[in-house]
Amino acid sequence: MSSQSDIADATAVLDAEAGPLKPKPEPFVSTTNACKLCKPLGATLVFKGIEGGVPYLHGSQGCATYMRRYIISHFREPMDIASSSLGEKQAIYGGGPNLKKGLLTVMDKYGAGMIGVATTCLTETIGDDVPGILMEFRREFADLGVAPVVNVSTPSYSGTHMEGFTAAVRAVADQLATADAKTAAVNCFPGFVSCEDIRHLKDVFASFGLTATILPDYSETLDGPAVEDYEKIPSGGTPVKAIKAMGAAPATFEFGRTLSEPGEAATAGGLLASRFGVPLKRLGLPIGLRETDAFFKSLESVSCKPTPRRRALERGRLLDAFVDGHKYVSQKRCVIYGEEDLIVGLTSFMAEIGVIPVLVAGGGRSGRLEKAVRAACEGLVPEMPEVAEGVDFYDIADRARELAPDFFLGHSKGYRLAREMNVPLVRVGFPIHDRFGGQRLRHLCYQGAQELLDRVVNAMIETKQTGSDIGYGYI
Amino acid sequence: MSDIIFEERKDQIHVKGEGPFKLACNRDSLAGAVSQRACVFCGSRVVLYPIADALHLVHGPIGCAAYTWDIRGALSSGPELHRLSFSTDLQETDVIFGGEKKLYAALTELIDRHQPKAAFVYSTCIVGIIGDDLAAVCKKVSAEKGIPVIPVQSEGFKGNKREGYLAACKAMFTLMGTGDTSDISPISLNILGDFNLAGEIWIIREYFERMGIQVVANITGDGRVGDIARAHGAALNVVQCSGSTMDLAKMMKDAYGTPVVKVSYFGIEDMAEALYAVARFFKDKDPDMLARTQALVKEELAVLYPKLSQFRKDLEGKKAAIYVGGAFKAFSLIKAFRHLGMSVAIAGSQTGTPEDYEELASICDPGTIIIDDANPLELSHYLKEKDVDIFVGGVKERPIAFKLGVGFCDHNHERKEALEGFVGMYNFALEVHRTVMSPVWRFVPRRAGKALAESLDDLPKECAL
Repeated sequence: MSSQSDIADATAVLDAEAGPLKPKPEPFVSTTNACKLCKPLGATLVFKGIEGGVPYLHGSQGCATYMRRYIISHFREPMDIASSSLGEKQAIYGGGPNLKKGLLTVMDKYGAGMIGVATTCLTETIGDDVPGILMEFRREFADLGVAPVVNVSTPSYSGTHMEGFTAAVRAVADQLATADAKTAAVNCFPGFVSCEDIRHLKDVFASFGLTATILPDYSETLDGPAVEDYEKIPSGGTPVKAIKAMGAAPATFEFGRTLSEPGEAATAGGLLASRFGVPLKRLGLPIGLRETDAFFKSLESVSCKPTPRRRALERGRLLDAFVDGHKYVSQKRCVIYGEEDLIVGLTSFMAEIGVIPVLVAGGGRSGRLEKAVRAACEGLVPEMPEVAEGVDFYDIADRARELAPDFFLGHSKGYRLAREMNVPLVRVGFPIHDRFGGQRLRHLCYQGAQELLDRVVNAMIETKQTGSDIGYGYI
Repeated sequence: MSDIIFEERKDQIHVKGEGPFKLACNRDSLAGAVSQRACVFCGSRVVLYPIADALHLVHGPIGCAAYTWDIRGALSSGPELHRLSFSTDLQETDVIFGGEKKLYAALTELIDRHQPKAAFVYSTCIVGIIGDDLAAVCKKVSAEKGIPVIPVQSEGFKGNKREGYLAACKAMFTLMGTGDTSDISPISLNILGDFNLAGEIWIIREYFERMGIQVVANITGDGRVGDIARAHGAALNVVQCSGSTMDLAKMMKDAYGTPVVKVSYFGIEDMAEALYAVARFFKDKDPDMLARTQALVKEELAVLYPKLSQFRKDLEGKKAAIYVGGAFKAFSLIKAFRHLGMSVAIAGSQTGTPEDYEELASICDPGTIIIDDANPLELSHYLKEKDVDIFVGGVKERPIAFKLGVGFCDHNHERKEALEGFVGMYNFALEVHRTVMSPVWRFVPRRAGKALAESLDDLPKECAL
């Protein structure tokens, strides 16, 4: 006969199984359909967003090729990533000679203005001292006037592509920024946003009379025009000269609620603040009304100008649309997944329009997601969403089936789940490789919120329309 | 040659007719040259991936599994376990203390969860470095779970894709010889080197079945562990994509004496010849087969030819470029383009062998650029120089073509259109026609030049200010 404590144990196990989605207990066992990508991928995107920049992976050939094809599927643009193409011999004796040779090849044939070297799991594990090799390289080829080379450590066995992204932005600021030049340009580290988002941010800064050094800026390099001659390195990108002046900027705007705590030098913004005293405005990604308001207040204070009428009208139209659209979305339940800072912003926005985020899930493990989601939902939703860090799509699917949301909000990888549950997937973020124009989606500021709102409302209308027996043509 | 070409790579490019044919290949990619190639792991993964009732566990950090999650168009008529992406997602502590424990736990968990017929465990770069004993873990789990658990030694840095193909073949070979072969007809074959992209293997199987042949195993499109286990009972191995599965055919020949024919299912001649070669092989066992095969080909061509001649009217004289994974596919493509009245100006591959390139050179027109292990700079340079109308390649080549305003046809493992068989030739011609005849090329800078003024001097004459 079972003892009381046996029953209690069994109940606890059952509760644990049926309960809300929690991070897997450490050491977790395996990942099925990951909700994250590896660290070096994020770094290559950052380096692609620098003028004259060529991303370079110090590792075996496959890493560069895989990341190229993955990024190409979203942006539909060439994405040249150079590689050290390490083989068995280099894996044993070290990859230094290949790294140097590869750098020379890239400088020679591509005419690189900047090379961003990211490590892979292979080179991290064999213990290549990349900063040391680069120092030797600069010494050996000093007479050639070599281009700046920035390096970042991105072992793919820790963290996600977003941590690689953030680390690469910080590495660029760390290794290039000085306080020597005079500049009126403010710094902006927006995180992993779309090409259209970057273009829009530039417009927003400009409408306050501000020039911004946005890092990275792949708005042209990964969404460029048709050309007559293949550009070895596409035009656009954050100018190296502007990056060098970042230490003298009047202010830094850095987006992300799950980055390190403000005041720490673990991010580019924190580093510029502690090293050069550049005032740091740490904000959430300006997605939805309140986060955009916070950004605009901050812009007003830095520029000493009121929000221009054009932007105020955008805000007013957005509010008007909140009212016009509220009945279609009020109390609809949604599952939001993807990169942590993005999903915090999306959650904040959904809460504002009366959508109930029932599950907010990501593959990252910052430890800061839950707090940020709670803050975003405070006072707006009937109950707090479940928040899950370090999960994969096997876990998300498991929980989503029980929660029965009305729609999903996230990137393409949730499609099979949405299809299985027969509910819409509103695509945002990266990767979007089963739709056209992912790089031109706008998420940020009042206009981004407007466009996202229209898409969510229309998804709900379409569901109602196609699901009705009548076939309403007026809804 | 232009300054685009890397000094080290000059002997990997040849212009047909300019001197005796000699092309260097099978060489490591040049560091920093943005090769279009992948790695050993990629080679193993693409070959084994379509075995639909097996568990495919990538032992490594998350990227290797994430970037290969359901990217192929390899269809299954039943289970779809291959479309999930499993990884041990190695973390820093695993790298320090070893990943064997985690691998064991992951395998056990996933086998219990999915009840696969077998499990393939792929090693990645890092596993090779930290030295996890994959074979030992696999052996242990295999004994405990009673299914084959097969290590695939595919450390990415150990060479290029070809080494990965070999590792995949070795892994499959361990399955063979274990299944029951008692009901296999003496007129039977295995299909090797077809991956059932967009259901292509179903087209080919139907042809063989119409000829009166039993197909024992699809290797690996729509593949099943049980079929592979008894594949040694088939009378013949028909090998397409020889780069990927010829090693397996050789192993089977040595161990079981299974004869081999090498074929291609792309284009008219090669498709027909594939069927005839098989019919010839069985002619002693089934004297009517050759006649049945001729009737089949005739029937299919009667439908296909009138449609092709419609396309040809528009496509006559247009130019194509080809850059594919293995060189063998390029032969069929050159012939297919000729049926459409088109010529091929550039032909290259990632992993061709000296024999492949000899043959390639022999069927190319004079002036054709033949190229091994190319990169974006070289490809874009020759696309422009040769002013081609369409480029056939894979997903990494597509943006190069599109950026320059050149048409493109996806002919690699990610495509979702069936291009094999006679119906595949029609699909191919249709796609080429739709692409080449699109009006958009008239407006791209390559053809139309600059649309807008770039400086004051360029302003239109009638500019009033």
